[in-house]
Formats: sequence, structure tokens, C-alpha cells
Amino acid sequence: MVMEIVCPAGTPAALRAAVKAGAHTVYCGFNDETNARNFPGLNFDRAEMRTGVDFAHQHGAKVLVAINTFPRAGDEAIWHRAIHDAEACGADAVILADPGLLDHAARHHPGLRRHLSVQAAAANADVINFYAETFGVKRVVLPRVLSVPEIAAINAETEVETEVFVFGGLCVMAEGRCSLSSYATGLSPNMNGVCSPASHVDYSEHQGVLDARLGGYLIHRVDKDEPAPYPTLCKGCFSAGEKTGHLFEDPVSLNAERLIPQLQKSGVTALKIEGRQRSKSYVAQVVRNFRTAVDALDAGRPLPEGMLARLSEGQAMTTGAYKKTWR
Amino acid sequence: MSDPQNQLPHCPAALAAALRVMPLAPLSLSLTAFSRRIARNHPALFQRLGAYGRTEFVLDPVDLPIVVCLNPNDGRPRIKLTRRKAQGAARISGPLAALIGLVHGAFDGDALFFSRDLVIEGDTGAALALRNAIDDAELDLAQEAETLSGPLARPVHHLIAIAEHQTGLCLTRPEDATIW
Repeated sequence: MVMEIVCPAGTPAALRAAVKAGAHTVYCGFNDETNARNFPGLNFDRAEMRTGVDFAHQHGAKVLVAINTFPRAGDEAIWHRAIHDAEACGADAVILADPGLLDHAARHHPGLRRHLSVQAAAANADVINFYAETFGVKRVVLPRVLSVPEIAAINAETEVETEVFVFGGLCVMAEGRCSLSSYATGLSPNMNGVCSPASHVDYSEHQGVLDARLGGYLIHRVDKDEPAPYPTLCKGCFSAGEKTGHLFEDPVSLNAERLIPQLQKSGVTALKIEGRQRSKSYVAQVVRNFRTAVDALDAGRPLPEGMLARLSEGQAMTTGAYKKTWR
Repeated sequence: MSDPQNQLPHCPAALAAALRVMPLAPLSLSLTAFSRRIARNHPALFQRLGAYGRTEFVLDPVDLPIVVCLNPNDGRPRIKLTRRKAQGAARISGPLAALIGLVHGAFDGDALFFSRDLVIEGDTGAALALRNAIDDAELDLAQEAETLSGPLARPVHHLIAIAEHQTGLCLTRPEDATIW
């Protein structure tokens, strides 16, 4: 059976591009704080979501709606309305992280399939089975901190489908629990849907040297001939004493393309591509690349050579935790 | 620091030379009228800008002797070309090929940023909103120009095709955009 390719869409145009490029499934979110990519100019209003779902269904693709931030006390209705509207728009599933929201969805929208977001940081079979038994979760998006043998061990102990990231931005923290962005900006991906919010990012270039500041703190300085990274603290370059370097992780992108056969053997159902903040051009190219790869695998052909380095942060790629070789 | 194998095309020297002497006021008026036509055909682009609907953007094609000052003005855009140093809330700089390629969905904005072909300064949120709104609008500037040309649409189409072939600039929207 062909592994499912799950693709990002930050705009209706990107959704159409993903579907045309061969995505089996597209994930997207409403244009508010209910999803973890709440960036300016991105996401879908209710009418766009309905039209997008219709377009995907007409072409045989599914749409998952990410409602994967954690509701703010007193404002739960915003998140409840998002679940209601996702179902009304015809979404095939919602991607949730908050246990209260999962409970609400299970009680009030029992016919709406529930996936567990990577934001829930469910990294072992016990907790995944708990979510399945308690809230009827059918699929879990695994955190990007697991190796392939660990993923195989999880799949051996659960009936819940597993979905893993194979390409795009690489979070090195336990997702849903990282507050680094909050320390510098007061806003977080977990509560506000924004890691390193654009409103707090400042770039300045002088004589070819590019400085990136987050919340006023200088976090990167790259020379004229160096690639520019995203302005996230976890990939910042810091000085301590006489040493300067990337404290947590170099600015690189995840690319597990070559590990697809191993991921299939380990029981993974779906391969997820990160990048709802990226253009439709990125979406089309990455989707086409991965669709070709899974089709080749299914047909017993060798995997095609990757062409994705230039789309990657830092123009460099890693297999991340799937092969733990970093310091 | 573009990959040498994927260098962006250079802007034609003749265009840069012409813009050094050409009166900019009529050009600004023409571009404003053109942008308002686009606004009528693509109202969602301006809705997507949200809080940045009246932001002053400076678009700086670094291989030309002018900069483009754009105010979306909530759907009645204003464009002014200037040879002076322009001030705005957000500045997006890069080769003309990169800026036009972004409009036509041929390139990925983040990839151009990683490669340092594109520089964003000032209000990063505003720059992101503009980029995302334009990416979603799926504009085709050549098609808009042809439609605006009425009976001259066919010759304009041929002229644009020749210019695209000669310069390597992405002057039309590729049917199925591929990067570099």
C-alpha cells in the first residue's frame, strides 16, 4: 500500500497546488490563533476552507484542519467554533493537541475523525493508547525527537496510525512544550500559534552582513556568503566566554527522503511535509518529489535522487533524530 | 549567494539605462492605474493583507536605478517610482528577476531568503503578509497587460514573449511553476 503524503497549505492557492502535485492529503488551518501557523497573510477563512475542501474532494484528496494550539482560559469558544466549522466545511479530520479540546470534539462531534497533533508531544505507546482509548484518536503525529527503531517500537504496541515528518523545518524541542519564543517575544506557538512571530523579527543588512533580531535580541549574524536561517532561538548562534556557536541545533532542514523505506517497514502510515508558511511553489515541488518517491517504493523501483536542497533552511539538510548522530 | 547553477537572470542593462533618464511621474501613474486594475480583479489579495492594508512598502530591485513605493491603500493601491532613497514600513530588496518571479509563483520566497537573493528589512510581518497575499493571488502580469491592451493584446503578447525569451525574466505565470 502506498504511504500517504500529507502536505501543508497556508493558502487556497497552495492547497490547489498540493492536490495537483499529487498530495493524498492536505492539512491547513483557519486564519486565527487556533492553529500553530498563525502568520500574517496565511490561512483560510471559513468560505475558503469550504471551497478548498470541495476542491480536494473533487480530486480525490483529503483535508485535515489543524486546530492545534491550546485554548486560552475563558476563550474556549473560539476553539470549539473552529472544530464545529471544520466539520461543517467537510473536513476529513481535525488535528488537535489539547486534551480538553479532544474531549469536546469526542463528545460533540463524534463523527469527525480526530488526529493527535505533534503539539501533544506523544512520544510513547502508552500515552498514544491513552489518547485513543479516551478520546477516540485514530492517528498520531509523532514528535521529531524519535529514532526509526523507537518509531517501530511504538507501532508494535499501538493500533493508532502514525504520521511522521519527513521534510521541512526541524523543531529540536518537545513540541507543544517549548516556550523559548515566549521568553523573547511574549508569544508562543502553543498559545498564540506563532514561533518567532514576524511582528517581533527584525532583519538588517549592512555591507553584506545580515543581522537577525528576535524581540530585540541579536540571535544570528551571517556574513555575505553565508545562507540566512529562520530567526528562531533554538537555531540561534550564541556567544559564551570565548566560544560562539549554535547552542541547540544548526540551521538546517529535515529531509528523511532516504529513510522512507525504513519508515514504511517500521509501520508508519503517513509522511508529513512541514511548511504551511511556504509558497505554493515550494509545496508543489516538495509534494511532487515525495509522491514520486512513495510511488517508486510501492512499485519496487529505486528512489529517485532528491532535488530539494535549495529549498532548505541554511541550504543544508539533516535526517534529524531518525538517525541520532548529533552531539 | 545563489547556487551558481541556479543563478537568477540579470536585468537587461538597457532597461536600467532607460530608467536612469526616463521621467518617472507618468510611469508611476501608469503603474498605479495598472495596479488598480489588478486590485479590481483580485480583491482577495487586499483582504489577505489584513492589518497591513495601508502599509508603505518599498520594493527595491537592486539591479535597477529606481525603487517602487507601494501603498495597497485598502484596495486602491498607489505606486510611486523614485530614484531617491525611499522610506517605508517594510523594504523587500532583490534582483528584478527574483521580485517578478515571486509575483508569478516561480520561486519560493523563503528559498530566496535563505540564499540571500532576497532581503527583508523593517516590518517583517508586513513583508510576510504581502508575500503570502501575492502568492495566493496567482497573478499573471502579462495577462493583465494583454487584457488592458484591448485590440493590441496579440502584439503585446508577442512582445512579452520575446522579452521573456531574451531576458530570462519570468514575465508570465508558468502553468505549473517549477523552481529554477
